[in-house]
Amino acid sequence: MINLRRNKDLAAVEGRRIGLDNVMTALAFVLLLVIVVIPISMIIYNAFFHEGKFTFNLIVEQLTRSTTLSSMWNTIKIGGLVTLFGTIMGVFYAWLLGRSNIPGKKLMRSLFTIPYMFPPFLGAMAWDLLLNGRSGYLNRWMMQTFNLSSAPLNINTIWGIVFVEVSYYFPFVFMQVVSALERMDPTLEESARIAGAKQGTVIRTITLPLVVPAISAGALLILISSLAHFGVPAILGFSQGIFTLPTRIFAVISRSGGSFEGIRQAAALSILLVVVVALALLLQRKVLSSGGYDIIKGKSMRPTLINLRGARIPLFILALVTLAVIVMVPLIMIFLVGLVRAYGLPLIPANFTLANYTRILTTSGTLDSIKNSLILAISAGIISMTLGTLIAYVVQKIKPRGTGVLEILSVLPYSIPGTVLAIGVILAWSGSLGINLYNTLWIILVAYIARYLSFSMKTSSAALLQVHPSLEEAARTCGATHTESLKDITLPLIRPAMISGFFLIFLPAMREVTTSVLLYGPYTRTLGVQIYSLRDAGMMPQAAALGSVAIVLIIVINAIVNAITADRKGV
Amino acid sequence: MAQVQVQLTNVTKRFVTKTLGDIVAVDDFNFEVYEGECFSILGPSGCGKTTALRMIAGFEDLTEGEIHLGGRPVSSSRKNLYVPPEERDLGMVFQAFAVWPHKNVFENVAYPLRIKKVQRAEIERRVKEALHHTSLTGLEKTYPSDLSGGQQQRIALARSIVTNPKVMLLDEPLSNLDPHLRETMRFELKELQSKFGFTIIFVTHDQSEAMAISDRMLVADMGKIMQIDTPENLYNRPINRFVHSFLGESTFLNVVIKDGKVYAKGDMEHPLDLEAPPNAESEMIMATRPNAIELTADKGYQTHVQTRIFLTDRTEYVVPIGNQTLKVQTPHRITFAQGESCSVRFVEPMWYPVEDPEAEKERQRRQLI
Ligand SMILES: Nc1ncnc2c1ncn2[C@@H]1O[C@H](COP(=O)(O)OP(=O)(O)OP(=O)(O)O)[C@@H](O)[C@H]1O
Ligand SMILES: [Mg+2]
Repeated sequence: MINLRRNKDLAAVEGRRIGLDNVMTALAFVLLLVIVVIPISMIIYNAFFHEGKFTFNLIVEQLTRSTTLSSMWNTIKIGGLVTLFGTIMGVFYAWLLGRSNIPGKKLMRSLFTIPYMFPPFLGAMAWDLLLNGRSGYLNRWMMQTFNLSSAPLNINTIWGIVFVEVSYYFPFVFMQVVSALERMDPTLEESARIAGAKQGTVIRTITLPLVVPAISAGALLILISSLAHFGVPAILGFSQGIFTLPTRIFAVISRSGGSFEGIRQAAALSILLVVVVALALLLQRKVLSSGGYDIIKGKSMRPTLINLRGARIPLFILALVTLAVIVMVPLIMIFLVGLVRAYGLPLIPANFTLANYTRILTTSGTLDSIKNSLILAISAGIISMTLGTLIAYVVQKIKPRGTGVLEILSVLPYSIPGTVLAIGVILAWSGSLGINLYNTLWIILVAYIARYLSFSMKTSSAALLQVHPSLEEAARTCGATHTESLKDITLPLIRPAMISGFFLIFLPAMREVTTSVLLYGPYTRTLGVQIYSLRDAGMMPQAAALGSVAIVLIIVINAIVNAITADRKGV
Repeated sequence: MAQVQVQLTNVTKRFVTKTLGDIVAVDDFNFEVYEGECFSILGPSGCGKTTALRMIAGFEDLTEGEIHLGGRPVSSSRKNLYVPPEERDLGMVFQAFAVWPHKNVFENVAYPLRIKKVQRAEIERRVKEALHHTSLTGLEKTYPSDLSGGQQQRIALARSIVTNPKVMLLDEPLSNLDPHLRETMRFELKELQSKFGFTIIFVTHDQSEAMAISDRMLVADMGKIMQIDTPENLYNRPINRFVHSFLGESTFLNVVIKDGKVYAKGDMEHPLDLEAPPNAESEMIMATRPNAIELTADKGYQTHVQTRIFLTDRTEYVVPIGNQTLKVQTPHRITFAQGESCSVRFVEPMWYPVEDPEAEKERQRRQLI
């Protein structure tokens, strides 16, 4: 066994009383205390203590309200349905693009990850524009064309919300399963053929069971994301009074105008949301056993592709239509509505103008929101990446007492919904502890860091695991101090992982709505919040125009990221 | 003569790749394998062994040619006939074991029977028997991940014999095992064969393994069959330089033939103590085994010992000859000191034409694809 604790001894060899390792360990604990422990404790405290005394009253009070119960039920229903359909869709397309002889596989595979980059709330906006029960473009067109008295389709329903969320969450399963299929030893399937099983039987009895761990991991991501999701139910549900727990919390806060009573109610609701997420995680663990199989292939082997024969072209068309519906249609819709002179006018060239674009690009509010989002995304990216790497280093290499606690604390925020995190941050940093960050960018930044810390922690951990202790030890024997070996050996080796960790944070932070919508002040709107508010204020074309700008920004940045990370050295 | 079990006629497989050009993985293969025979396909990496086997199994279609199994056509490019793998009644064992990690040992072995809808009691009985023959009894409920490589490969073996197939295809089944285990398994495989009487087609790049196990073997290089014969004949009468070097140790000498005499290249003054072969060309390669060269004090071509290496079971000498060096191996009792003068004499060497330098390049290209 390699003794990973060796570094500790090496630090002691340095002859200092407080080694670098001790400083890093202490720092990791303090930072996690401030970023994670305090906000979460504040929620628990405010939900269970009233005037210094422990009480269940607040929770019970919430639970006896029908609005709370229906929001809870909606959250569970939407989360369950999105997970179910998203998983089915993800597995189906992963198999189709991973194992069949469908044309254009490579291109299709990268196209199928686009929905993953597409901000779901913009998708929801686009579908609302098309299929709104009262004023959707497509609905009005169908009513006119087919002489219908009422709208044939209504996106402002539970099913509408499920549809939009599935469109953008299925890639979680898709990407996991595609990579599992890719890594899978094809002879596992071939031996079943030789054993006499037909293609269909092989898929059912061998392929699917072997990718269950991958499916399960992807489904878990969908479930957590959907339960905590704010944007889609907010955009599609509010007008019809359909609330989920995250949107209910938002409603409570905005109705109360930031009063303490409102925030306390929100804290109680947050506890309920956390309970729902925790129960879902437990259930998931029961239903789908996780834990991977060893299915890695040996020598270079090419999987046998399944000949779809007659179904090849129809399935190809189905895949293209799917992409068109979930990516192209919303994209075009957002761009077109961004061009229209006034909301509601038919989408014909005569009504098009660039005025919306010039207006949003000249109003200081909008420009500020872009600037705010950039500042937040970059600083959250850098800070979380650094902290994540620091914590990962402490957990993986130093392993002080309490490593387990450290690890749990840093990934905890990942399973805590953004809405809840925002409430915690409000409770902690708007004066009650002596520090008031309310209405500043700082409070949003603190929330972002907590939210995305686990991302960089995970990538850095994986990279650090591959840096064998002997590498640092070799540097030490060459005369390098502990600090020098860290700086010259370990950091350069994990730099590529840190860079991809940065973008893993930067990209979602750019389009963040869930937490910032609860934390923004008059001068601290983010890009997402600005789009949301423009739309809320009825300025649909401007919201759409800004949405297009956001999409272009995200696509451009993504392309740059891919170009940068394409040729990476290191581990 | 025993019945023909597997027959390949003019079988060719061409792969079209976008990056490295087309490749003829298998080029006009013709051979028969007889009932109860153990037939090896031997060759360096990229020579098309796996491709040939996968065509027999039905995982690849044929660019050209025809394959018969037990007299029945199963693949034919001309008739566009293609019997799927599951209907070929074969057993197959892969290099990477390919045991299913989500099924325990019993279920792995029972799978082919379950697919064939064999009755419960019969499944029990046959799985038990297969496990008995592969020394896996008692491990029924264990999952493969808890077993060693050797045991996993035994599961794969048990799974392939449980249906009693007539033909067993093995693609480097032993190369993931440690040397000692490899030998044991090789022996067990032969045992199983004699018990069940199946025909074996065994793919390997390890010549000693192929020699030990096969009745006959096929040596291929760059998609082409070089020679098919018994291990003994292949070793003693290799048809070309490639086969010579691939089986056992070889030592080669570039020679010039002039006026019926044979000279080592670089020394046109002292002929070798050899008759020129019939229909000799002016330049040839003379091939022999290091242990088939006589090393004496004065009989033959005069030279000296350049290097002497003591190996455990013999002594190896390197002696200069012309502008080349020759490897000679002798029993320990024959000793020459380093620098001492000596003579070499060749006993029935083989003669081959000089090799085309392009061939080596092509061999390397194939290993890249
Ligand atoms: N599906 C394929 N597409 C393209 N080229 C292929 C394919 N399968 C095999 N080849 C090529 O055909 C040639 C023969 O491959 P094959 O796998 O049969 O070699 P092999 O003799 O089994 O080698 P090894 O000892 O490495 O297993 C190689 O050059 C290989 O790269
Ligand atoms: Mg092979």
